[in-house]
Amino acid sequence: MDWLLLLEVSLAGLGTGGLYALTALAFVMIYKATKVVNLAIGEMLMMGAYFFLAFSTALQLPWWLAMAGAVMGGGLLGAVIERLTIRPLLGKSTLSVFMVTVGLASVFVGVVELVWTADPRALPEFIPRAAVFIGPAFVAPKIFYSFLVAAALIAATLFVLRFWRGGVALRATASDQVAAYAMGINVPRVFSVAWIIAGMIAALAGILVGAIGGISSAMGQFGLSVLVVVIFGGLDSVLGALVGGIVVGLMEALAGTYLGGEYKRLTPFSLLALILIVRPYGLFGTAEIERL
Amino acid sequence: MATCTHPILEIEGISLSFGGVNALNAVTFEVASGSITSVIGPNGAGKTSLFNTISGFYKPQAGRIRFLGEDIGHLPPHQRGKLGLARSFQNIALFQGMTVLDNIKLGRHAQLHTGLFDALLYFGKARREEMVLREEIERRIIDFLDIEHIRKAPVAALPYGLQKRVELARALAMQPKVLMLDEPVAGMNREETEDMARFILDVQAEWGVTVLMVEHDMGVVMDISDYIVVLNFGEMIAEGPPEEVQRNPEVIKAYLGSGDFAKLRQRMERYRTPQPGAT
Amino acid sequence: MRIGAAKATYAADEALFDSATQRCWLGVLFTALVCFPFLANAYWLYLAGLVAINVVSVTGLNILTGYTGLVSLGHAAFLGLGAYTVAILEARAGTNFLLNLVVGGGVATIGGLIVGMPSLRVKGLYLAISTIAALFILQFVFYNWVAVTGGSAGLSVPPARLFGLVLDDSFKFYWVIVPLTVLLLFGAANLFRTRIGRAFIAIRDRDISAEVLGIPLLRYKLMSFGLSSFYAGVAGGLWAYFFRSVTPESFPLLLSIFYLAAVIVGGMGTILGGILGAAFMTLVPELLKLIVGWLPIQGDTLVIISPLRTIAFGALIIGFLIFEPNGLAEIWCRVRRFFHLWPFRT
Repeated sequence: MDWLLLLEVSLAGLGTGGLYALTALAFVMIYKATKVVNLAIGEMLMMGAYFFLAFSTALQLPWWLAMAGAVMGGGLLGAVIERLTIRPLLGKSTLSVFMVTVGLASVFVGVVELVWTADPRALPEFIPRAAVFIGPAFVAPKIFYSFLVAAALIAATLFVLRFWRGGVALRATASDQVAAYAMGINVPRVFSVAWIIAGMIAALAGILVGAIGGISSAMGQFGLSVLVVVIFGGLDSVLGALVGGIVVGLMEALAGTYLGGEYKRLTPFSLLALILIVRPYGLFGTAEIERL
Repeated sequence: MATCTHPILEIEGISLSFGGVNALNAVTFEVASGSITSVIGPNGAGKTSLFNTISGFYKPQAGRIRFLGEDIGHLPPHQRGKLGLARSFQNIALFQGMTVLDNIKLGRHAQLHTGLFDALLYFGKARREEMVLREEIERRIIDFLDIEHIRKAPVAALPYGLQKRVELARALAMQPKVLMLDEPVAGMNREETEDMARFILDVQAEWGVTVLMVEHDMGVVMDISDYIVVLNFGEMIAEGPPEEVQRNPEVIKAYLGSGDFAKLRQRMERYRTPQPGAT
Repeated sequence: MRIGAAKATYAADEALFDSATQRCWLGVLFTALVCFPFLANAYWLYLAGLVAINVVSVTGLNILTGYTGLVSLGHAAFLGLGAYTVAILEARAGTNFLLNLVVGGGVATIGGLIVGMPSLRVKGLYLAISTIAALFILQFVFYNWVAVTGGSAGLSVPPARLFGLVLDDSFKFYWVIVPLTVLLLFGAANLFRTRIGRAFIAIRDRDISAEVLGIPLLRYKLMSFGLSSFYAGVAGGLWAYFFRSVTPESFPLLLSIFYLAAVIVGGMGTILGGILGAAFMTLVPELLKLIVGWLPIQGDTLVIISPLRTIAFGALIIGFLIFEPNGLAEIWCRVRRFFHLWPFRT
């Protein structure tokens, strides 16, 4: 049993898991505030990465400025999506909103293909290239630093949601808009803020994912694995996003190495099938109760 | 009036709790066949929980439910419906995407026999069954409840009172032995309430159906019930014919908070005469 | 103005086409369908065949999602099951064309029943996501079970043979596909005149009430999944004969989304909606090609057609959901009402 290989694969899986968790965080933020299942989360990721590409190559900005620009662009995108396509469907069935996000995903993919073609590209390098060693195990530097960023951001979000009254406002608006309004919570603003923050997080995650594996118009597939993560952890649980991300990342890496590359994509979905049968509301999610 | 000596529905010692909350505590009573029995009590007394337990949506921690002498505790909801236990809901549970006619036809679903292949073919067995069904519903139910003029209307377009009537029609299509009505006149004006009360009495008289209803409108309850069961905080505090229950001090206490009429009158006097110095 | 539409018997009231005008239009449609292949060129015949296949598939999805309210994004996988089954049977066993289609439908039905199993515990969007999982698992099988499915190279399908005639061009194929489609459409329309169809709608609108009325939920949900997958399987089989090759790339998630979009754009929960949606979504890319051809753009216009199609696709879904959630069928009904009431206003 090659323990070193196991350790290295596990660490790599953990690293990817961190990125899954980060994207899941963006998803959960939207769901917590607006009860929308955003299937376009992977495409929002993709847009962030392409914004970064545009800012650093077309505008020749230094990487940190391009990153800032891309993150803001992601936030702006979130606001625009919410205002133009989600707000009009307030009160309609969850399926309608879900399908709108599906439509959005399609639009984003099309726009990217139109402007940048469907060819995969590499992002400009900005992550330190020195090899990282945890004990005897080698960890790819890109994965290592991405994990650090993801972990920091998740910790910050957990802290903010816990101790900031905005976090409670977020949950209040999700469960009963009218009551939240009556309590003096500016509901439309909460919606916008949630989508803006989610957009910014997604953009950042997109840049990191793109830095590791390159970008292309098919990047949105990442979002489907994130779907598994949020179902595993519970659609409205930030902690669940964290745990789910790590677990899915680990399992994917292990399956990819020990079962073969083609099993990498199958793993999250087999896991999903299992979860839905055993514990449909996820590990930490709140079960929905139907009133008769 | 009751024609059979055996009770059609027997509730024995039903106890139901959710987590630490006791919704029902050893509730026991019988429903006489062919009668109109009302379950009353303040809000939160456990009336709808009782209905949901009888329907089969809640599993009681203790007790038994007997329908026509048979224990039905193990049967899932859809099978209880098949046996002849029909029910309406507090919030209208009609199928909003269908017309009145289709909603009523669904009441008869469990007793029809059209299978998938018959349905796809339609001409032949399915068509014959549909025609017989249509004719029967038109003659017996739609005429009976005065809803010919709206039978093709989508249910979502109807006013509240008519929707409640359509719900009754659907329940009748089930050819029930026991009809459980959950607040049948809630939210209705005087005229609609009287219509509904009349329909309930007609259902009992012409169809021989036993009616078990939860209701807050004391006028209706006292007027048409043969027997009343009173719940408070999940426990049965009184039962009997309307005249007895009306005079029962426990019942009065549950609704008004105090059995002392002198004190009550005093309080009411204070509010009627204006205070000195007040504008 | 439409007057005198009262019926004398219940049978007349429940008929699918209940007025003389409707029957007249039906006759016109029939004549048009019969004359079409003689007047159209090969390209239009190809389009007609594609529309017919899509109509069958979309009607199947409509039964599941539009009428029963169970959102499924796994539809493409059932098409794949039907297509592969037909391909294998035709190439290796040389069995009868119609038999192959039925078996293809049958295999897809089994797949549908398995995928539908969790539908009692799992509801709404969770179910939708589980169908995505099913799609990916089936795709995995298509790509990797090389011995049976030919892996990523796929299978090639010999042309269909019916009564000794080889159906190797769009003209001949038209005469088989269109009657088959019409038959399947009638089946679906009939379904909703009976208790089975009504039960489906009941499950969609309020499944607790449906249970109380004596409808066993799991059995009917499975029935819906099974029937919908059967339609998909038949559509997949027709696809195999139509395109003469079956590869795993033919049945991606995007195809499921295409069909779901067609259901929404056409009008959820109406048979007419299924027809309109399928026709519209199939013809939109053609329309796009025309528009792009007119635009004064230099260089290779073909390159932008694919992304434009993807954008148009998404935009249609969003547009219809926001502005016309009941789809094209609703627009159609409004036009009809206008003519029924003319010269009075609606």
